[in-house]
Amino acid sequence: MSQGLSPIAFLTRTRRPGRIGVTDILSWAWLILGTIAVLIPVVWAGLSSFKPAAEITRFPPTLLPRAAVQQTVPGFDAPLSLWTVDVDGQPREMAMVRRIGLKAQMVDPSNPGPPVSVDVKSMSPVQRLTIATENYTDPLTRFDFLTFLKNSVFVTFVATLLTLVVNALAAFALSKYRFRGEKAIFVLIISTLMIPLTVVMVPAYLVVVGVGLVDSLWGIIIPTIASPTGVFLLRQYMLTIPDELIEAARVDAASEFRIFWRIVLPLTAPALAVLAIFSVLWRWNDFLWPLIVLSSRENFTLQVGLNAFQGEFSVQWNYILAMTFLSLAPVTVVFLFLQKYITTGIAGTGMK
Amino acid sequence: MSTPKATDFGGRALDFVMGIVEAPINGFERLMGRKRMPYLFLAPNLILFGIFTFLPIAIAVGYAFTGGTGLFVSERPFVGFDNFRQLLQCEDYLRPGSCRESLFWTAVWNTLWFVGFNVAATLLVALVTALILNRAMAARGFFRAMFFYPVLLSPVVIGLIWKWFLDRNGLLNAFLQMLGVPPEIFLLDVGWSRFFVVVVSVWFHMGFYTLILLAGLQAIPKDLYEAASIDAASPRRTLFRITLPLLGPNLLVVLILLMIRSVQIFDEAWVLTNGGGPGTANSFIVQYIYQMAFGSDLRLFGLASAASVLMGLVLLALTLIQLRLGRKMES
Repeated sequence: MSQGLSPIAFLTRTRRPGRIGVTDILSWAWLILGTIAVLIPVVWAGLSSFKPAAEITRFPPTLLPRAAVQQTVPGFDAPLSLWTVDVDGQPREMAMVRRIGLKAQMVDPSNPGPPVSVDVKSMSPVQRLTIATENYTDPLTRFDFLTFLKNSVFVTFVATLLTLVVNALAAFALSKYRFRGEKAIFVLIISTLMIPLTVVMVPAYLVVVGVGLVDSLWGIIIPTIASPTGVFLLRQYMLTIPDELIEAARVDAASEFRIFWRIVLPLTAPALAVLAIFSVLWRWNDFLWPLIVLSSRENFTLQVGLNAFQGEFSVQWNYILAMTFLSLAPVTVVFLFLQKYITTGIAGTGMK
Repeated sequence: MSTPKATDFGGRALDFVMGIVEAPINGFERLMGRKRMPYLFLAPNLILFGIFTFLPIAIAVGYAFTGGTGLFVSERPFVGFDNFRQLLQCEDYLRPGSCRESLFWTAVWNTLWFVGFNVAATLLVALVTALILNRAMAARGFFRAMFFYPVLLSPVVIGLIWKWFLDRNGLLNAFLQMLGVPPEIFLLDVGWSRFFVVVVSVWFHMGFYTLILLAGLQAIPKDLYEAASIDAASPRRTLFRITLPLLGPNLLVVLILLMIRSVQIFDEAWVLTNGGGPGTANSFIVQYIYQMAFGSDLRLFGLASAASVLMGLVLLALTLIQLRLGRKMES
């Protein structure tokens, strides 16, 4: 944004300075409502993931995670819940001993005497902001969340690394050499862009079974490495690297692989970065293919694990939401830092 | 050529590994000559493509003509066009119940309805957003990022977040109650669940199409608008006479791309609707294929492949149209 603009002028700036038209107001309304529509489901699910199990399905829901306060009172074994009650027109905090019909027996928590009988209609529970960290810690210890996380990190990391190497090698061959069959190979690779996984998933599964990779993390890594999008993106970028550089290196007696590794690859860094970001997102978020290939629980990735969880614990939303948020966090952090590169990368290549 | 000095441990480790990798590759070069090197560089990619892309494509068609429950083609009896006959035999195509494979036709119709509504809604929302973001506005980058954020999330996460939002005790019902509307179990109602599958899909993907359209809008020469403003053209006239005609090719590409991807709806709808519920209200084609092949112990690979081939033909036609348009746009 331009410098020397006062904050007020910046915020009220319009297309024609000094005039705010109907279209300006409508535009702002659209953008703000859109932002709210994007944020509300995510933020509310996030806030809910901190709610204690008892609080999570309360209707109407509260925005912030709150829970009834319990207190140990001398003379009672179990902790008692605190309530605000009206005693002779004065609001007081008291602990409930038991409830019989429309009457409740209450004691003063700081000075427990004989219980007083109070009308339940005049009571309301004392609630405080409570962050249920157990929603996040329980899945780590009690369920297989750590295994899923480990599998997802492994798949994402290894697949991305291999994707970069294998496709950069192919792109190097297709951009810096003239050889028999060059055109045919390029067309063959690019034509596979037209065939989505959904069409070949049944025979692809057969092949994975045939090579013995079924129910193994390698069964999701290896078939996804050779990517036509990757080859295309890297080749287009490598074409812009001047051939004189390569000729000069050959004069210096560098081997072809050394030229690739020491000259071409470093110069392709921006395109490699774009492909790396995409590859990480593809692999981290992948669902259908791992769902088909993986069958035993210890091999599940986060996405397959999450899906399995919600089938098993359909009532335990507190755990499901917490785990959802743990799997969403890395993507959000990556996006916050690389937002500009991701959006320009996508606008430039038309892929996601 | 100078080698960068590897001062850090990572750099030295990498150099060590590359030294080991390099030796046999350089050996190959000395033995076969420089001219053969591109084949070596292409080998890993082509081997992987061959095994995991071309081989499956070849098998896919063969599979569609076999029956039985065996996995390997050699174990499967040849049945000719039986699978296709089973899928396509129908008394009245508008009533899936009258078809031999009623689940398939339910999925076909559900997918067609979804594609229609989803394409229209996404295109409209993305176009309006792109037009607004294309105006010189404050905080444009912020809003662009905001709308784009859901595109990066995983479909499973999106399905779960929306499931929670639409829950019986969810925020939407709380909001409706404030307005005095009785709560509704949205995902158990046929009409509402279909409506929200489209809403979630628009919410999820519109940022991507907005970005593509925005790139198209920014490529329109600025002097056209200057000329229009000298001629005192109204904003509406400028929109319909300059912006939309010049954006036309981009709009068409987005439209086809949206269709191709909408036909393949699976992940987010699967999680959101517990696998196509209520009943079969949100059962789509990919889901039908998945369920025939992997969903039960029946393992009807032949039928699933036949459905895949039919879907593949539709997608191929759409892709060819897109490529044609893309070439037209370039010229």
